[in-house]
Amino acid sequence: MDEKQIIAKRIAMELQDGNLVNLGIGIPGLVPNYLEEGKKIVFQAENGVVGLGPLTDEDTYLVNASGMKATILPGGAYIDSLLSFSLIRGGHIDVTVLGALEVDAEGSLASWIIPGKKVPGMGGAMDLVMGARKVIIATTHTNKGKPKILSKCTLPLTAAHQVDLIVTEMAVISVEPDGLHLLEVHPDYSVDDVVNATEAKLIVEKVETMKGM
Amino acid sequence: MKAEISAKEFKNLLKDGLTIMVGGFLTNGTPEKLVDLVVESKVKDLVIICNDGGYENAGVGKLFTNNQVKKLIASHIGTNPVVGDLMQEGEIEVELLPQGSLAEKIRAGGAGLGGILTPTGLDTVVQNGKQIIEVQGKRYLLEEPLTADMALIGGAVVDKYGNLRYLQTTRNFNPIMALASDKVVVEPFETVDEIDPECVITPYPLVDYVYREEK
Repeated sequence: MDEKQIIAKRIAMELQDGNLVNLGIGIPGLVPNYLEEGKKIVFQAENGVVGLGPLTDEDTYLVNASGMKATILPGGAYIDSLLSFSLIRGGHIDVTVLGALEVDAEGSLASWIIPGKKVPGMGGAMDLVMGARKVIIATTHTNKGKPKILSKCTLPLTAAHQVDLIVTEMAVISVEPDGLHLLEVHPDYSVDDVVNATEAKLIVEKVETMKGM
Repeated sequence: MKAEISAKEFKNLLKDGLTIMVGGFLTNGTPEKLVDLVVESKVKDLVIICNDGGYENAGVGKLFTNNQVKKLIASHIGTNPVVGDLMQEGEIEVELLPQGSLAEKIRAGGAGLGGILTPTGLDTVVQNGKQIIEVQGKRYLLEEPLTADMALIGGAVVDKYGNLRYLQTTRNFNPIMALASDKVVVEPFETVDEIDPECVITPYPLVDYVYREEK
């Protein structure tokens, strides 16, 4: 498994049967590939579908939030942007999984702009991070060797103090009021490896081997 | 039946400086033929309100490639490099808003509300210049209403009265924009005799014109 597959597989284990889940683009989109048999997750896409199914090549007016042709599962619904974001902002989404440029010890996330370089816009990310009951960040631990998990984000924020869990190819880290707790480490790495690749201070108490690896 | 409108009649409604809402999400549900007619009309200095900047040669993106836009209000422009370039060069103004806030601002405009209060964007650059209001002990951003001179609606199944429902995910911003604009022009993706009243999403009194392509 490559980095992205490790992250997606570990996050799939966090989703509970019956959860309503919104996945961001990139690594989060790989999560459904790793769901345990029999676990029923309902995926919502912010462009207006509840019960999103796999991608398709067939002619359709149904797209996912990346604009790719997709399918809807039995029991699904098409909704407008207002209801879609009412679900998101109103706390009806159990879990959202999103990528990050930076995430910090206070649970703040930066994911939508690199000033002067890249300005894609926030899309639905700010509402998702603010409104979902649980926010999981799916990210590589570093970007070309540079830590992405910082004591404080340097880029403009997507939202402050909203992240609950950070999953990387190296570790699983939870965000608590007293800081970042290192929960699990991938068998290919040591606790020191993770600490050294993390700019933020990690609270290391009871560390387990990363589940599912 | 709502007034049918030809390409020529539609172009006669267009003028420089209009604020136009365009439905669609990454062009899914965008009325491409109406956008093409706006391109042909060569009107300029438009203010475009759309979820995103479309693509270079699709959706509202065509209006940027043709230099017809003064300002874009959207949640995402990452799929159209032309918008980013024009913004960096100072040729156009882009106001980026969280997608849920954009939808609610349009709804507020169409629903006669003075704005909406949302926690989204607090403690980010989105709150710059906006009022923060505390309600029941929680902080919210005041997002003011948005309205437009015209809405271009796509994805629609239109019946003989002008009622609309929408095909699959093409619904997105279309019904909200139909509520918030002075003149609502629909490009039918399909026509039927009558839509079951329980399934009508946009009732016909909101619709001003249904575009009819000349054969």
